[in-house]
This record gives sequence, C-alpha cells and structure tokens, in this order.
Amino acid sequence: MSGLVWILISAMVVNNFTLALFLGLCPFLGVSGKVATALRMGAANLFVLLITSLSVSLLNALVLGKAPYLRLISFIVVIASLVQIVEMIVKKFSPTLFRELGIYLPLITTNCAILGLAIFQTNRGYGFVEGIFFAVGAGLGLTLALVLMASIRERLELSDVPSMARNMGLVLIVAGTLSLAFMGFAGLFSS
Amino acid sequence: MKATTPAQDLTRGVWRENPVLVQLLGLCPTLAVTNTVANSIAMGLATFFVLVGSSFLVSSLKKLIPNEIRMSGFILIIATFVTIVDMLLQAIVPDIHKALGAFIALIVVNCIILGRQEAFASKRPVGRSVLDAVGSGAGFMIALLMMGAFRELLGNGSLLGYPVLGPSFEPWVIMILPPGGFFTLGFILLGFGWWKSKEEEKPKLRRWPHGVVSKEAA
Repeated sequence: MSGLVWILISAMVVNNFTLALFLGLCPFLGVSGKVATALRMGAANLFVLLITSLSVSLLNALVLGKAPYLRLISFIVVIASLVQIVEMIVKKFSPTLFRELGIYLPLITTNCAILGLAIFQTNRGYGFVEGIFFAVGAGLGLTLALVLMASIRERLELSDVPSMARNMGLVLIVAGTLSLAFMGFAGLFSS
Repeated sequence: MKATTPAQDLTRGVWRENPVLVQLLGLCPTLAVTNTVANSIAMGLATFFVLVGSSFLVSSLKKLIPNEIRMSGFILIIATFVTIVDMLLQAIVPDIHKALGAFIALIVVNCIILGRQEAFASKRPVGRSVLDAVGSGAGFMIALLMMGAFRELLGNGSLLGYPVLGPSFEPWVIMILPPGGFFTLGFILLGFGWWKSKEEEKPKLRRWPHGVVSKEAA
C-alpha cells in the first residue's frame, strides 16, 4: 500500500509534471490568468489523465505486447478519440460545464502531459492500479501548479512591474522560482 | 493569406517569427532537454527532420486528406516520422537517446509541427512547404542552441563537454536543473522585452503612466 501512496506523492510534488518535468506547459502559461479557470482546467486534465491511464493499461496488456513499434501511434489515436468522446458526453449531459471548459477541452489532446503520462507509465511498467494512482497524482500536481501560478499572477496584475517585464518573461521567472521551491520536496525521499 | 516569395517563406521562421522566442510554441522540449549543448543539437535535429518530413508528406497528400479528419491525419503522419526518428536515434546514438528519454516521443505533441501543417503545409505547394519547414526548424534549433549554450556554460562551465571557464569557476548547478530552464528562457524574454521597450520609446516625447501602455502589451 505504501508503494502506491509514494507513486501518488512522487507524481504530485517531487516529480511534478509541470514544474520538474516541463509537461503541460501550454495550459500552465496560457490558462493561468485566473484561479477559477485554472481550477477547472486542472479538473479537466485530471479526468482525461485518469481515463488515459486506464486505456493505456488495457492497450499494453492486450494489444501492444506483440507490436511495440505501434505504441506511439496507437497512444495518440486513443487519446484523441477519448478526448473527442469525453467532449461529446459532457456536451450531452452537462451543457453548462461544456461551455465553461470551452476550447480547453479539445486542446487537451495536444497537451504533452497526457501523452507523457502514457509513455512514463509504459516505461516504468506500472500495472492497472499503480497507473490509477500515478494518474491521480499527476493530475493533482498539475492542478496544484496551475492554481499556485494563477494566484501569483492575479497579484502580479495589480502590481507595478517595469515595462520590459510585461510579457511572458516575468511569468517564466515566477515559474522558475516555484520550480525551485518544489525541488525541496525531493528531500521527502532521502529517508 | 498574403502572397509571399520563396525567400520569405524560408527566412520567416528563423528569426522574425521564431517559433520559440517570438511565438512561445513548443516550450516543453525547449525547457526540458536543453541542459547541455549536445542534447540541444540532438533534439533540434530530430524535430527538424520530423517537421520537414511531415510538411512534405502533408503537402503532397493535401488533396487526399478529407477536411473533417485532417487533424487526425496530420497527427498520424507526425507520429510515424517520430517513430522513425526514435528508432534511428536508438540505433545510432544510444547515449543521447537515453538522455532525451520520453521527450523524443513527445515530439508528436510539439505544437510547432502541428501548427506549421495546419497553417501552411495543408494549403501550399510542396516546395514552399518544405522551405517553410526548414525555416521554422532552423529557428527552433537556434532557440534550443541559445538555451543549451547558456545553461551548459553557467551550469557546468563547459561547452559540448569541453571545459571553457577553467577550474576556478564554481558551476551554478541550478542552471542545469529544471528551474534553470525557466530562468534562462525568462531572462531571454526579459531581454527581448527590454529591447522592444527601448524601440518603442524612441519616437515618443513623454512616457505614459504604466497602466496605459500595459493594455496594448497584453
């Protein structure tokens, strides 16, 4: 059991997908303007990560043992179709949520965090249950990074920064500082 | 779309519309694998090959791919080229393949490649598309090399593995760790911002308060 908990904590803070592995930077920089949007984006990502992990486990167990060279192509096709299906289901059953998520839902397909999760899960040989914990940890980590970043940027909006820093440069420096802080979590594993 | 000359197609992506430094696309590989110059070169070449190959194929097949499923078609073509590169690197330079790890496979979701297919290769003749891909690929490589050289020089005191700064230099280890990637790109962009604000200030006689300018910049 403790092994599973470590997988979750490791994916969430120690090897945070965004701040340590640079996966999912597009939403991290693009959608981190407001805390409310960041939370919804994080939740959508968590959900897609979870169903991706489930289908990757199935694919690995049933299909790809015989044809490993088809791995990348089948992952990307499965992810694209899953996102499409999720979009249709959300649109049918909860039009409000669909409107709130807007363009972010289809864009999740080209989010490197999703494909990254599929590849890491395969490379590390995680099974079905380990995959679920890994996906939940990664999703919570993405949400945490997005919300932290959004809160800082909401404060930055109101402050008086020099004109040369009125572009993404400042945001990246803030991200670097956050990443520096997250490196501290590596100490969790020393004991 | 405006008519352009072949020379414009080729040079546009290199600097003025540089995919990384100006358009801020493809940041994941830019930050993740640029801790040494050697890794940057390998990543740059791999992406260059995938970009040129997919642009060529997409442009050749543009009449055959139905409009409704063009995205899936593009992604499949890109994934095929990435699989080829993955196997090639594993066979030729296994060390580098190991250092880049999952980021080779993640070239599939590099927005630069899909962006060029959607914006250019799916509408233009084959020759122009290849020129455009070569330009954007070169621009991506320039950005990676800038990042890689800066980070290896400060983080390790060397370039391409050869010591440059001498034994008395104390390496800034943070530069080759993840935060260094964010800081390096951040400082490069701050530099661009500084240069741009100097350019904008020149013709004006007096400066507006900050709030007025920021609306335009955002």
